[in-house]
Amino acid sequence: MKQMPVFGWLGLSLLFLISAPLAASADSGLPYSFSFSDPSVWAALLLFIVLALLGIALLMRQKIRKIRAASRPGASEAQRVRPEAWLQRFTREQLQELIALKKKKGSMSCLLVLLAGALLAPAGLSAQNVTGSSSLLSETGVMITILLLALPVLLGLVLLYVKMQRVLRQFRNKQRLKDADRLAAYLKDLPEESLEQLLEKHGPEPGPLPEETLLSGAGPAEDRRGLLQINDPGGLPIVAAKKRAQKRPDIDPALSRLVLWYLGCSVFWLLFGTSVGEYIGIKFIAPDADHVSWLSFGRLRPVHTNAVFWGWASLAMLGLGYYVVPRVSNVKLYSLKTGWYALWLINASVVSGTLFLMAGVNNGGGEYREYIWPVMALFALGLILTLWNFYQTIAHRTTREIYIANWYIVASVIFAITIVLVAYIPIWQNGLGETIIQGYYMHQGVGMWFMLFTLGIVYYFLPQQLNQPIYSYSLGILAFWTQILFYTLIGTHHFVFSAIPWWLQTVAIVGSAGMAIPVIAGTTNFLMTFKGAWSKVNSSYTLPFFLVGIIFYFTGSLQGTAEAFRTTNLIWHFTDFTVAHSHMTMYGIICFFLWAAIYAIVPRLTGKEPPQISVGIHFWLALIGLLFYIIPLMYGSTLRGVAWLNGVPFIETVKGMAPYWVWRAVGGSLMWGSHLVFAYNMYRMYVPGNALPDVRDAALSRLRDEAAAS
Amino acid sequence: MSMLDNHKILFSNAALFFVGLTIMVAVIPALSNQERNRPLPGAPALSREARIGKGIYIANGCVACHTQQVRNIDMDRIWGDRPGLAADYAANVRTDFWRNTATLMGTERTGPDLTNVGVRQPGKDWNLVHLFNPRIVVKESVMPAYPWLFERKKDPGKSDVIVNVPAAYLNGDEKVVATKDALYLLAYLQSLKQAALPQNTVSPEFLYKKELKKAAGGEAPAADGKALYAANCQTCHQENGEGLPGAFPPLKGSPVVTGDDLEKYVGIIMDGYDARAEYGVMPAVGTNMSFTENEVAAIINHERSSWGNQGKKVTPEEVKKIIDLLKLKTP
Repeated sequence: MKQMPVFGWLGLSLLFLISAPLAASADSGLPYSFSFSDPSVWAALLLFIVLALLGIALLMRQKIRKIRAASRPGASEAQRVRPEAWLQRFTREQLQELIALKKKKGSMSCLLVLLAGALLAPAGLSAQNVTGSSSLLSETGVMITILLLALPVLLGLVLLYVKMQRVLRQFRNKQRLKDADRLAAYLKDLPEESLEQLLEKHGPEPGPLPEETLLSGAGPAEDRRGLLQINDPGGLPIVAAKKRAQKRPDIDPALSRLVLWYLGCSVFWLLFGTSVGEYIGIKFIAPDADHVSWLSFGRLRPVHTNAVFWGWASLAMLGLGYYVVPRVSNVKLYSLKTGWYALWLINASVVSGTLFLMAGVNNGGGEYREYIWPVMALFALGLILTLWNFYQTIAHRTTREIYIANWYIVASVIFAITIVLVAYIPIWQNGLGETIIQGYYMHQGVGMWFMLFTLGIVYYFLPQQLNQPIYSYSLGILAFWTQILFYTLIGTHHFVFSAIPWWLQTVAIVGSAGMAIPVIAGTTNFLMTFKGAWSKVNSSYTLPFFLVGIIFYFTGSLQGTAEAFRTTNLIWHFTDFTVAHSHMTMYGIICFFLWAAIYAIVPRLTGKEPPQISVGIHFWLALIGLLFYIIPLMYGSTLRGVAWLNGVPFIETVKGMAPYWVWRAVGGSLMWGSHLVFAYNMYRMYVPGNALPDVRDAALSRLRDEAAAS
Repeated sequence: MSMLDNHKILFSNAALFFVGLTIMVAVIPALSNQERNRPLPGAPALSREARIGKGIYIANGCVACHTQQVRNIDMDRIWGDRPGLAADYAANVRTDFWRNTATLMGTERTGPDLTNVGVRQPGKDWNLVHLFNPRIVVKESVMPAYPWLFERKKDPGKSDVIVNVPAAYLNGDEKVVATKDALYLLAYLQSLKQAALPQNTVSPEFLYKKELKKAAGGEAPAADGKALYAANCQTCHQENGEGLPGAFPPLKGSPVVTGDDLEKYVGIIMDGYDARAEYGVMPAVGTNMSFTENEVAAIINHERSSWGNQGKKVTPEEVKKIIDLLKLKTP
């Protein structure tokens, strides 16, 4: 408890350090004016010191009170333990010694020494140093001086506090000694009989200790039920060992193959798409990195977004969906063949779309709608086949209810098809019609396709990995219907203050606020599912991914609500804040959930686990990289938005972003590195022959072979 | 809830709910917008060159960083004279059967808004140099270079448009020549101008106006010459006032800037200049941007007191006289 205020101050001081230059920039208009010659920085430091002084003073006041109470004669007499009660606490050995002592009628002082020795604790001395300070707050130099004066004061107070604590302890030691004196006096007068009576209460003298092996036996341990899993340590462990995936009943190898191909393709698109993303991130700080038209920024940006959307996330989701839908319907997948067709169609869509974009053929520039319609038709066809497949599987289910995961998954496929049809039918959308549909399309794409489908995956895999049921089915249902109600409305919040109708903008903003309901319901549901199982996070390599995903689901989604308001639009619209937000959500939520589910499922399908250390590396690189990516970008773009509001020349705001673009590239590189590790983990899970053969398995199979040969 | 245990009812309900909302918030508003709005009568249609140029703009994904929308908020006032209207986009129709309408409104402003760039930055020479490599003229720029819109030739023909690229970007004595694509793109950029509203039409207001800081005597606030220079002059004449050899003349030590012929000086700012063959043509920046006498005086005073220049200070009154005179000369 004593450390809490320290953390509080640290947090406060950080807040001040961050907000000081922000406030300064609002006045000067230049976003990158942070400098230690700025008085506000020193003011913030000084404020921190003053707060620290105040906190220590409060703590000292409390200590002084305690010392006073302890030193007041007879103050706490009533609270002290009476000698009779002490006697009850004596152990058998102590009682026996007491009786022996009584019999000897010898010196009681040795007992006294014994008691005192146990109660006493060492105490020391310390110096103190107090200096005064006065206030004259105007110049940097004055502030630095005050700060220099305040620092020794702070140090002195800390020492004083330590000293007081020691004084208090000494008081308590004395108190204990007094108690011991009284107890000794009491014992001296006590008749021997009553002591013997007490000793009798302890029962007869126990015999010698039983053998260690009395219960367990001397033979080697047996595990008749197969409950124990003993991992060979194999040298010093670098990280804590996590639980291994549990062996599950075999899954239909044909379905297994389909799911693995979906996931394998998705990993390829993740590597490809984020390599492109990494490269265009670098182009922000090195725009002359190359001069090839096919690799220019404007063409590669949609290649990146579309490849990670339709290639990575969509294929990974569908692959997991092909596992979840039949599993919770307790039936085989309706048609394996259509599953393969859909995989081919979607891959063909992303390959051709990428080539078209790089060649300069795109749909007119609406975000995530850069593929031309024939390309997107392949994707939509893949989804239609998938929908039919999923729907038929559920129609043939052997369970009565439709588990909520399937609600989310099938609904998201229906919605995605609707969205693509509305946005791509090539006979309409002139003028602002295009913009209104664009707002609808881009946001339904992320919210109704990626988010809804992934939530379905979480509703299956999270309870499975925690090995306990989802907290509330009703919350899941509430989130489902409110997500449809509110999310559908919010598309046009990407065009606030534009020429589209004002009422439509307002509807979108209201819808964005309403999104708080499904988000809070969903987050609560997931977090409460952890109830009583938090300890499992430590020993699992999938649950940390889920946890990060849930945290970003809450923060990222509510950040979207906050961004939608008109006043926040003034600052953040058109800046890189949107880019940070979309990475916080598409990466922080979707990717982390997908990785969690993939690490949960692939070992079951292939029987091989990834090296735990490289899963850990993947997790931390991705998480730290994401934070390096989004935090500087949000901070820098806030400064940029404020600068725009203050009428700073545009090029100055480009200059101002440069350091934050560097941070973005650093974060992006870490994220990209984590994907390489992830791909390696997939390789380890997919490809046999990496691990040393299991001696027992190998021996068994040899015997099996011999039996078969004879 | 048995209803929710029936897959037909469950999924058709969800689909109907979603489709119904989609029709209400997306399909009907989109249809009504495309039916109701017509281009402004004063808005010229894109020329053939500009239309091809727009295709190049789309193909290279320029919309990733450049918006084309002036929002109805005060901070967007620098990008246009009035907020954008639905009518401004009404002339955009489907590019062709394969490709969708390109209103190019954009969602990201890494670079400047281009709604009115044809007014703000019409100079042919500047635009071509800037497209060849933006960092020649704006060293802080992070915009991609588009060298594939240009050719390098040893001896260009008569009809070739030569771009004034500094020697540092060239190998030996070759010249950079604009391809047709570069000229089409240029034509498109030059065509980007906000159309005037029909007479008697009141423009919508800019919202969230900043409180104007009144000067002591209740006069109009003093214009910031440095900021105006940065926004309107710097891309050619450069922050250090030295211009770009072979493309844009220096203002540092320029006789026009430091001399006494205020009439010529104001005239160049307001109406442009094309008297020196070795440099590019200067557009009528002042007229295009509707500079007030306050702003012109601030720019002049900034230029006369920077980079070692030491010229006489001018007052807005002096400038106003000349501007009025210029208006009479060119009705």
